[in-house]
Amino acid sequence: MLTFEPYGNPTYFALLGVALLPLMIGLLYGKRSRLYETLISIFFLVLTFGGSKWTQGVALIIYILYEVGLTWGYAVYRRHKNSGPFFYLMVILAIAPLTIVKVTPAVENGQSSLIGFLGISYLTFRAVQTIMETRDGTLKNYNLMTFLQFMLFFPTISSGPIDRYRRFEKDYRSVPSREQYLGMLQKGIRYIFVGFLYKFVLAYYFGTMLMPKLQLMAMHSRGGFLDLSWPVVGYMYAYSADLFFDFAGYSLFAVGTSYIMGIATPMNFNQPWRSPNIKDFWNRWHITLSFWFRDFIYMRLVFWFMKHKIFKKPTTTANVTYIINMLVMGFWHGVTWYYIAYGLFHGVALMVNDMWLRYKKKHRKSIPHNGFTQVFAIFLTANLVCFSFLIFSGLLNKLWFN
Amino acid sequence: MDIKETVLEILNDLTGNDVSGAMDDNLFDSGLLDSMGSVQLLLQLQSELDVTVPVSEFERSEWDTPNKIIAKVESLA
Repeated sequence: MLTFEPYGNPTYFALLGVALLPLMIGLLYGKRSRLYETLISIFFLVLTFGGSKWTQGVALIIYILYEVGLTWGYAVYRRHKNSGPFFYLMVILAIAPLTIVKVTPAVENGQSSLIGFLGISYLTFRAVQTIMETRDGTLKNYNLMTFLQFMLFFPTISSGPIDRYRRFEKDYRSVPSREQYLGMLQKGIRYIFVGFLYKFVLAYYFGTMLMPKLQLMAMHSRGGFLDLSWPVVGYMYAYSADLFFDFAGYSLFAVGTSYIMGIATPMNFNQPWRSPNIKDFWNRWHITLSFWFRDFIYMRLVFWFMKHKIFKKPTTTANVTYIINMLVMGFWHGVTWYYIAYGLFHGVALMVNDMWLRYKKKHRKSIPHNGFTQVFAIFLTANLVCFSFLIFSGLLNKLWFN
Repeated sequence: MDIKETVLEILNDLTGNDVSGAMDDNLFDSGLLDSMGSVQLLLQLQSELDVTVPVSEFERSEWDTPNKIIAKVESLA
């Protein structure tokens, strides 16, 4: 049997169109058929995790049962009790499979873990936030079937966007009016077509045509200061463009498909290249991931640090938490020096950014703010980001250690 | 002291600006509040008004102007 990478080829899109048609007609007439939604979800999950990838399929099933057990168990427990250590234990257990999958290649010479499958990190984010919101008492009506649908929602299973349980549930439990749905349909189809341009034209050009050539040139131009050369600079921009168009393209497919199913999955990108500073960049780049980190790591850690008065100054609290937050993000990408360096780079960048914003606030009158400074800020931010992506790309690792 | 006054005092203190003249301005867009400021706000609300708001209750779009924050706190008090 064939296996398909989600949104990977024309056949996948053709199947998607055929499968979604009855669902679209249903939604236009104000009906949502749970049975049909479940059936096509299973169908597309089998396309992705079946055939030659069946071991991943088995890993997915075991993982889902495990996380359902944890979240359901915790929801039942939380109705009567609320112990801190038990909550921490649950969070640790929920991220344990992902941790194993991320650490295995680093300790087993690049071998991937048997319990891994495409999308495990994105599912872990969903499970952990469900536990955290249950702990806070903001999520009171945990429903096993809704949780399953939320976890296994096929348009976003492989790489996000990372939705939130309560937001998903609201859409899933209701049917949009015909007028609303027509709007969603129009947007969804437009997103998918913009996605085609991003992923199959632009990302193909930068990633498949340009990048390999530039990498070869960069490897041949070694010998200078830190083995850097003009091809390395070219690679940096081509890689950044590929990363953006590939992931933004995928995200448009995932969001577009969700909209067609009457679920308003949040957007992942919002014109990141026009950010005037790094802080703003993280409000525009891989938004659902950075907001997840903001809400479930950064804010919670800051809250904890301040409540227990760990640091004297709020700015110290903010700085320490920036570094921790971005280091965790680095580790999440994988246990390699360049992912961790990438995280550290962004942690420091956020710190410096905050220092500058405070300085600017104090000296508001003496610092010019005009069209030119705005363009300069955008230029500087974009280049800093591209440089961080050069670290992230692993090219430096190849230049220096291969 | 009533809720509105206390909230405004906390906000003025946190942002270093007098926000009472711009009750419907978005505090995040103007850069007056960020995640750090939000957490400080939640802690202040807890200590001064005894209003407990868990971090996951903090949906940014519901807390982004002085008026919205006051309404939110009044509904929770």
